[in-house]
Amino acid sequence: MKHSERLHLVLKKAILVRNLSLGVLICSALLLIQVELFPNALNFKQNNEAKIEQIVETSDFDPFFGLDSIEVKNGIHTPTGLIVDTSVMIVRATCTACHSINLVTQNKADRKGWKDMIVWMQESQGLWDLGANEDLILNYLAKNYAPKDTGRRKNLKNIEWYEL
Amino acid sequence: MLDKKDSRRAFISKSALAAFTALIGTKIVFGDNIPEDIEPIGLEPKEAIAGKSEALTILNNKPWNAETPPHLLDPEVTPANLMFVRNNGIPPEKIDLDNWTLTIEGESAVKKKTFTLKELKANFKHYTYDLTLECGGNGRAEFNPPAKGNQWGLGAVACTRWTGIRLKDVLNAVGIKSTAQYIGYYGADTHLSGDPDKVVISRGVPINKALENESLIAWQMNGDAIPKMNGYPLRLVIGGWPASVSGKWLTKIVIRDKEHDGPKMGGQSYRVPKFPVQPGTKVADKDMKIIESMPVKSIITYPKTGAIIGKGKTFEIRGHAWAGDLLVKEVQVSIDFGVTWKKCMTNPPKNRLAWQRWRTNITLPELGYYEIWARAIDENGKGQPMILPGWNPKGYLNNACHRIAVKQS
Repeated sequence: MKHSERLHLVLKKAILVRNLSLGVLICSALLLIQVELFPNALNFKQNNEAKIEQIVETSDFDPFFGLDSIEVKNGIHTPTGLIVDTSVMIVRATCTACHSINLVTQNKADRKGWKDMIVWMQESQGLWDLGANEDLILNYLAKNYAPKDTGRRKNLKNIEWYEL
Repeated sequence: MLDKKDSRRAFISKSALAAFTALIGTKIVFGDNIPEDIEPIGLEPKEAIAGKSEALTILNNKPWNAETPPHLLDPEVTPANLMFVRNNGIPPEKIDLDNWTLTIEGESAVKKKTFTLKELKANFKHYTYDLTLECGGNGRAEFNPPAKGNQWGLGAVACTRWTGIRLKDVLNAVGIKSTAQYIGYYGADTHLSGDPDKVVISRGVPINKALENESLIAWQMNGDAIPKMNGYPLRLVIGGWPASVSGKWLTKIVIRDKEHDGPKMGGQSYRVPKFPVQPGTKVADKDMKIIESMPVKSIITYPKTGAIIGKGKTFEIRGHAWAGDLLVKEVQVSIDFGVTWKKCMTNPPKNRLAWQRWRTNITLPELGYYEIWARAIDENGKGQPMILPGWNPKGYLNNACHRIAVKQS
């Protein structure tokens, strides 16, 4: 090994050691700040409990949980106008985070169409990763807000008759 | 401003997730993924649209979108509180008239120049025109398969009286280079996501359309300040084209040496296929073209649908017709599902790009259910179809004839 190469190796080692110790220093500092700001953050027992709580809620999920039956008329959740079906409250909470629920209730699409809308919102409107909820939401929308074949013109409907 | 944002942020970060949880009685899975700027609007109390009649049909409350039932569009000049609302973002809250400015710049502007509202009013000649503004997606609700977005019926259209200065006078005062191709606008509305740097919408028109006499920078509608939801204190008004080219809450105009490329100019927004497609076809962006002049269309504003007419009674049918950049040559009505058509009396427009009043008298021949159909034809002989026109992915340009139901008792 040439002298210059050996020198290079030693230098590299020195830099590595320096970086490692710097890293340890920063980590300890961060940990200290963390403990200072969030004294409960290192309480692992509590954290684990929270985790279990969440898992139970998702796996043992009551699809109508949170739905007040007084607010349901003719299968419609009256405060929102949503059709009452499995996961309706997840749909409500997720969609109304950014826009009016009217954008759901006035639209119709098949599963792929609704999926495309979610992807579009994620790509351009800042929608977050929906995780396991995405499937529940798509099931709900594709079933309850599916397109109907209306041909090229519908009959006139909802006419309120009056004497002229 | 910063204070408000900070306090709002603090409120949200502390309360949004908790409020959601209380609302739905369960934890939102992946709730931690919700960006902290998101305000849970599912929790907001119901409110009316500022400055607008409760008779409007609300399609969306964040952002506000509302249309006018056709029978309320009967006046020649649409009343301010009945003009439709099509917002893409959140209108500016605090308007400081003394410090409101309009900047003209861009590759094809000779220089960059900023005008105060006062200077615009003082330095240029004022003009008033009745101008028809129609949302490009008006009539979307009928398309099959359906297109996503606000499901407009018939009432995303209005003809109101705009007062302001000619866009061309302002552009010429700044100087237009020979390279000019297009103009684009910017407004003071903010994006739904809360990101202050995200432009909500920035569309425009080719320079030739911008330089027409009727293309206005307006501060008045129907003799008063422009309604808050329709662009107060300053907006572009470019009649005959999708209303989205008439930028609201106007702060900047760019003179471009190419097609303007602001948000909602490209992709599939305000575009239709270059060639007819089978309903439901996925059309590539490169096969889409920008919508320019709106197609010929008419509405029946009297009577309101559902009229029961006494035997032998003659009654008036009337409405408005418009045809984008063109004149309406003729309006016809049918009471027998399009078998026969009767020519109506059609007035000339008050000025170019204003809608035209049409009217006729009808007597129903016998007892029964009738539909009155109205059909306008433009100066080039193009008329409204009776069934839906060509399907397009975003559901624009539905100018199928308006139908109302009447009965003879």
